[in-house]
Amino acid sequence: MTRRSPRKYFINRAIDNYFMGVYKAWSFIKRFLSEAVKPPYHFREIVHQCYEIGIKSLPLITLTGFVTGMVFTKNSRPSLVEFGAASWLPSLMTIAIVRALGSLVTALICAGKVGSSIGAELGSMRVTEQIDAMEVSAINPFKYLVVTRVIASTITIPILSLYCSFLALMGSFLSVHSNEAASVKSFFLNGFSTITFLDVFASLTKSIVFGFTIGIIGCYKGFNASQGTLGVGRAANQAVVISMFMIFIEEVIIVQIANWIRYY
Amino acid sequence: MESKEEIKKDKEPIISIRGLYKSFDELDILEDVNIDIYRGENLVVMGLSGAGKSVLIKIIIGLIPPDKGTIKVLGRDITKLKGKELDAVRLHIGFSFQGSALYDSMSVRENLEFPLRMNRKKLTKQEIDAEVAEVLEAVGLKDKIDVMPADLSGGQRKRIGIARTLILKPEIMLYDEPTAGLDPITSDEINQLINSVQQKYNTSSIIITHDLTCAKTTGNKIGMLLDGTFKKVGTFDEVFNPKGDKEVEEEIKHFYNYNFIE
Repeated sequence: MTRRSPRKYFINRAIDNYFMGVYKAWSFIKRFLSEAVKPPYHFREIVHQCYEIGIKSLPLITLTGFVTGMVFTKNSRPSLVEFGAASWLPSLMTIAIVRALGSLVTALICAGKVGSSIGAELGSMRVTEQIDAMEVSAINPFKYLVVTRVIASTITIPILSLYCSFLALMGSFLSVHSNEAASVKSFFLNGFSTITFLDVFASLTKSIVFGFTIGIIGCYKGFNASQGTLGVGRAANQAVVISMFMIFIEEVIIVQIANWIRYY
Repeated sequence: MESKEEIKKDKEPIISIRGLYKSFDELDILEDVNIDIYRGENLVVMGLSGAGKSVLIKIIIGLIPPDKGTIKVLGRDITKLKGKELDAVRLHIGFSFQGSALYDSMSVRENLEFPLRMNRKKLTKQEIDAEVAEVLEAVGLKDKIDVMPADLSGGQRKRIGIARTLILKPEIMLYDEPTAGLDPITSDEINQLINSVQQKYNTSSIIITHDLTCAKTTGNKIGMLLDGTFKKVGTFDEVFNPKGDKEVEEEIKHFYNYNFIE
């Protein structure tokens, strides 16, 4: 074992590593896209992951969605009442929930719960050589672990978003009902009169993009974890932080695109 | 098992390594490694920690790409294979990891069934059950079939790890420190298991170890990996009694605190 002269960098170590990181992440996404369409397809594992991501997130999504709708309505009401516009509450809340809150709140919760779980699980499999064990048994670990999880999160998170939006609307309705004695029918008719197909489509598109982002970042960080247990913690943490950062960026971009389409 | 001195060499080695180099960042780990392993042979690789022993077997199975050199496994150069071709060769190689690498989320039964289900999709439930029972019998842990890996002892984990590799009926076994962290009695059981696996499944093996008892019990051939290359290859007695080769003798004496036979 001999030590050679230090490695030479194009610019410096930090900048080189940054660009290498971007290149590796891009290669990871490209590999996902190519492996996802090639057989064999692990449908059973995809269903299992949908259960892990979806069903196990339901209690948290249920509580958060309902409380978000209710609290948001309670906080918005006084301002509208001041202007004599309490009747606008259903449409204001429906726009807020359908266009932004439902998908954003779900994505942020899933980034924390699902992203960290995927990052930690794959990270621990990497450092305990379980991923290598799959590879030496002629099993493609990328296909079995990464493709299934990313597909599951891309399918499940939009469904969770719809569920969260529905519960937020119910929470909002209960809040409106307790003050204005509005019926379910009038609340929803009033609320959805302002919603267009574009709102629903943009919201659903956002959720799909968020689901993919959470899955792919969690898998990327976990699959490439190193340095033992420290690396596992780091993978889980970075999966959450980067997912949330990307979710906000994607939210801004998609809202901007939807607005362009809406007004031009 | 054929006696240590009576290995009948086929014309073609089952593993043939030529001019292998591997470095990590600024460190040259392997420098011009050359060795042949023949059918029925058990090669024990010894050397200092960080000498590149584990790297060597991970290169053989295609987990780490080499910088230079050829590694022929069953006549095919592993460095030139990718995807399905590489997987086809890997099906003939069993790899026992140092930490066993059992899948935490699966029971012992599921750990053993998993490689079969993924690679031999036409097998029926009964056939899979029979295969699982056979390998568990071979490692002496039939009663642990429904236990989770977290509930197994270190020695039992190693055995199940070996059983998981045996289920695909490999021709070559690679053991990464099979007795590391085990007490002498359990280590001896693992050594006996390695020998019985070779006898029952007619495998050739590479065993990475620091354990002299393991080396003596399991190896037909010992390879001393020093300074990135095999400095000495031979039987246990030849390696640990290198008459005339003072450099190797000094290094072995220094690393293993071994008392040389006069």
